[in-house]
Amino acid sequence: MNGLTFDIAHMLAGSLVVASFLQLYQDRLSALINVFAVHAMVLALSVAWQAYIQDAPHLYITAVIALAFKAIIIPVALRRIVVRLGIHREIENVVGVGLAMLFGIGLVALSMVVMLRVTAEADPLAREDLAFALSVVLLGLLLMVTRRNAVSQVIGFMSLENGLVLAAAGAKGMPLVVEISVAFSVLIAFIVIGIFLFRIRERFDTVDIQAMDRFRGERR
Amino acid sequence: MAVIRDIALQGFQMLLVLLLAPLLTGFVRKVKARLLRRQGPPLLQPYRDLNRLLRKEVVLADNASWLFRVIPYFVFATTWIAASLIPTFRSGLLFSWSADLIAIIALLGSARFFQVLAGLDVGTSFGGIGSSREVMIASLAEPAMLMIVFSLALIAGSTQLSTMSAFMNSPEVGLRVSLGLGLIALTIVAIAENARIPVDNPATHLELTMVHEAMVLEYSGRHLALIELSAALKLLLYISLITCLFAPWGISSAAVDATSLLTGVAAYLVKLAAGGSLLAVFETVIAKMRVFRVPGFLGAALMLALLATLLRFVSRSF
Amino acid sequence: MVASALYCIAALVGLATIAIALGASARGRVVVYGASLIVTLILFAIALSCLLGHPNSPTVILPLGLPWLGAHFRIDALAAFFLLVVNLGGAAASLFALGYGRHEHSPQRVLPFYPAYLAAMNLVVMADDAFSFLVSWEFMSLTSWALVIANHEVHENLRAGFIYLLMASFGTLALLLSFGLLAGADGNYAFDAIRTSEPAGVVAALVFILAIVGTGSKAGLIPLHAWLPLAHPAAPSHVSALMSGVMTKVAVYGFLRIVFDLLGTPDWWWSIVVLTVGGITAAMGVLYALMQRDLKRVLAYSTIENIGIIFAALGLALAFKTEGLAWAAALALTAGLFHVFNHSLFKSLLFFGAGTVLNATGTRDMEKLGGLIHRMPQTAVVFLVGCVAISALPPLNGFVSEWLTFQAILQSPQLPSWGLKLIVPAVGALLALSAALAAACFVRAFGFAFLGRPRTPEAVGAQETDTSSLAAMYFVATLCLIAGIIPGIFIDALGPVVQTLVGGRMPVQTGVDWMSIVPIAESRSSYNGLLVFLFMIASGAISAFAIHRLASDKLRRGPAWGCGYPDSSTMTQYTADSFAQPIRRVFGTVVFGARETGEMPPPGATKPARLTVELRDLIWDALYRPIATGVNFAAEHLNHLQFLTIRNYLSLVFAALVLLLLVQAIWP
Repeated sequence: MNGLTFDIAHMLAGSLVVASFLQLYQDRLSALINVFAVHAMVLALSVAWQAYIQDAPHLYITAVIALAFKAIIIPVALRRIVVRLGIHREIENVVGVGLAMLFGIGLVALSMVVMLRVTAEADPLAREDLAFALSVVLLGLLLMVTRRNAVSQVIGFMSLENGLVLAAAGAKGMPLVVEISVAFSVLIAFIVIGIFLFRIRERFDTVDIQAMDRFRGERR
Repeated sequence: MAVIRDIALQGFQMLLVLLLAPLLTGFVRKVKARLLRRQGPPLLQPYRDLNRLLRKEVVLADNASWLFRVIPYFVFATTWIAASLIPTFRSGLLFSWSADLIAIIALLGSARFFQVLAGLDVGTSFGGIGSSREVMIASLAEPAMLMIVFSLALIAGSTQLSTMSAFMNSPEVGLRVSLGLGLIALTIVAIAENARIPVDNPATHLELTMVHEAMVLEYSGRHLALIELSAALKLLLYISLITCLFAPWGISSAAVDATSLLTGVAAYLVKLAAGGSLLAVFETVIAKMRVFRVPGFLGAALMLALLATLLRFVSRSF
Repeated sequence: MVASALYCIAALVGLATIAIALGASARGRVVVYGASLIVTLILFAIALSCLLGHPNSPTVILPLGLPWLGAHFRIDALAAFFLLVVNLGGAAASLFALGYGRHEHSPQRVLPFYPAYLAAMNLVVMADDAFSFLVSWEFMSLTSWALVIANHEVHENLRAGFIYLLMASFGTLALLLSFGLLAGADGNYAFDAIRTSEPAGVVAALVFILAIVGTGSKAGLIPLHAWLPLAHPAAPSHVSALMSGVMTKVAVYGFLRIVFDLLGTPDWWWSIVVLTVGGITAAMGVLYALMQRDLKRVLAYSTIENIGIIFAALGLALAFKTEGLAWAAALALTAGLFHVFNHSLFKSLLFFGAGTVLNATGTRDMEKLGGLIHRMPQTAVVFLVGCVAISALPPLNGFVSEWLTFQAILQSPQLPSWGLKLIVPAVGALLALSAALAAACFVRAFGFAFLGRPRTPEAVGAQETDTSSLAAMYFVATLCLIAGIIPGIFIDALGPVVQTLVGGRMPVQTGVDWMSIVPIAESRSSYNGLLVFLFMIASGAISAFAIHRLASDKLRRGPAWGCGYPDSSTMTQYTADSFAQPIRRVFGTVVFGARETGEMPPPGATKPARLTVELRDLIWDALYRPIATGVNFAAEHLNHLQFLTIRNYLSLVFAALVLLLLVQAIWP
């Protein structure tokens, strides 16, 4: 593998981490959905590039699935949900943007060190790919933890899943069936969550998770 | 002979940045106006403004101190030196080693230190509010800039701008994640440092929304001319810095024949025009932020730069 | 050499007794400060010749102290450098006090302790065995404590003195334990003997922790800093300068002596501890400084920041030393030591300036000052020099040591330890942040004390200070400039010190063209303060000359413009608190738990609107308050012991005796 292909794979995986940071930075829902679309698009590119350098045609299918579902269908659907719920201008953070990003940097550093230490003998590309993937997963979790709004949490979950796909694409020899099933499970999860969002909204008049905590008698 | 040539080249660089700076400002204004379907002021308008201001008398507030009168010259001198140390058409100039990139950032810090003091000197509220906001922006932009310098220096193995620029021009440098992060962060810092939209508005005269303009509100005549020229130089400096690090094509260091010099200058002019146009487009499509959104914006630059540095620390291949 | 230095110290102690006799007379001031000036200058010369000429002079043993040990004194390169710092600061403070001491309320409370304090600091640095080190250390603490409560009418000063005494005792206790562990079971307290024994494992770790706690509590490392911003401003200003500029450096000396010299091979995690503490101290210290209104307290907090920078550099040096990268360790250590020197200069200068302002106006509150640049033009110039230097801006000296620290950070990816790979960039970011915030802090300090319009009648009536105070300030300011534009000679002078501590040194700088400094290689980094300074002067002068000749030099005075809204009252000017408000909003909620509550009266009411800002010292709340509560609780419960019968007391003693015997019996 020559230097340039390696660099491009690297760059794309790194951009995915940056896109995750952008998600942490955006506190408006509609902007967050846009960034999520970008996130998925970078993922699709990255997977396609992996398909090219690993000469693994089935990865192209994964890339297309990512592009079609996550970069187009889900964002469009989410946007419609948000508009119908009338919360597209809402800003809701539990902690400040700066603090969340600082924490995110700590997580990235942590995942880098852990992955690079654990996989000392592995192929360098796969190593760093895995390190990036773990960062994306952790950042997705962080997004879910730091937001109150259910829609942001859905996005956090999806970007977490993107991290998993990145890891899978980097590790050679992942069968297509697994990926397709993962993709569909995510889609189903999305539909279920989408339906629930409306149900929740009907009952409580809000999609703020806090309201539900209050209803259960818990205090934050 | 070689020494005379080197001095001549260094002098040419000093003159070049000084003469181009108002033109760049005028160019950005013109492009912005055209994007808004306006005619816009002529390209040479900044020169005329400077000329007019230089010839006018200075109206000084009654209680302004000597410091207030010295500061414009100091700010101008410092910014000018800093701009002359950036490789523009040629790297490795005679005095380029006298200050590395950290020192150049610190020189700009000195200029800002005194400019902020000038805002406080007369004791009006506008000066105070401008100064106060300027230090808030600087307290985030400067560390972000230093972290960018760290990450770039770790890639290039040097903080010397000429060496860095030469390294970026060599095939050794590949696509690096930390480079990308550094570029984004540097762009954000450059926008904040030059008081451009969305951080500050260079064209506004509505006091409550402005930072830099409020700080220099009490200046007039030749003092104001110097301050404006310094601001133009600073814009030129940042665009030169970004291009010499991320688009170092055409900057030569070895050969001194006429063709390489001419290509160098031509490439520099093209890069400046491209940078200015991009800035104008960016400013046109974005809205100004509230003051207290700015820390988040700059904080993002700081975090990205920190991330870039961290990646470089963890592995050489990032 | 050592003998003559000891004679000088004896002279200082003698001077202290003479001062008691002279009492409050006007002659006393001239005699004490004049003699202190001369003696510290002699000591300075001795230290300089030791540093440049022949370090490693033989040990002098005086028949004092422990009978089987005696008191060992020796000047090696490290001691010589710190003697230099101590006596340079001492000389400047003495010169300043010649004029400044005139304003003292009760000079008989200051004069005897001042030379004794100087003597104590010299003794700490020269001590070559643990016993004399600790005795001198405690002597230094006590004399400085006496100086802190010199103005004992003010209740706050008494409180400051109390807290200082507590923390100083705690620090000495930690150092005592540390030396006890170092000396081992045989109890050989001479430094030579300690050096040959290599403690290992848990013992070495304990010694390290105790050393950083003991010296850190004197230097003001967070979270052991609580006494510093109270005690330093309480003392008379020339003593504040000594405490902030010099005594904290003696604490740094203690740290270097124990950890780099006596303790042997460092463990891998020590540098992580030092770096983390240093970085956090730097950033927190300057944030605290930004929130203060009291000019001297701003300076005290900024001392904490600078100590943090120094410790971060020392931590880097320790990390490089652990990995055997001697040249990089030398770079980091040189940066730290140069910052020690620089900080002692500009912090003294700033405290002198603050003292002058305090005398001229009677207040340290920045909100009550303003416009002093018109009334005290010379003080304003030197104070400005101090502010620029401490803000780490070229061409002055503060920038050079920060620059060297950053260069050292850039060498650290070579460190193999993963922990350091994570910590060092974070510390770099904290240092960069603290540098930027320091500039904001000193813009604020200078801008609100010296610029603008005077806010109170006291500020209107301020007058320029006397010649000897000004001479001291100009002297230090000039040194700041010299150390900034030709740092090469200072770095070379540090060579032997660094060589003894880390086994390597920076390349010789004095031979480099144009007197620039080149830490590693010119292609990697270089800085030339002299050229930058000359360029600034030249281009500023050329532009001024050209504009005045070719364009216009006309000038008209008029009322301030202010967009056409003249401020009628000087009290409505921008205040220091509102200046810091944006920064407080950005950092305050996390660091101070800051809360702003606005109270707006309803329309029609004549009440004024009120904005309340609540800042909390989270470290005080989390660490000191529980301890204080615990102590109170224990004291209340132990109080019963005071009211027992004789029989009860006897039985207590008996029980203790039996317990001890039991322990002795079953101890393996």
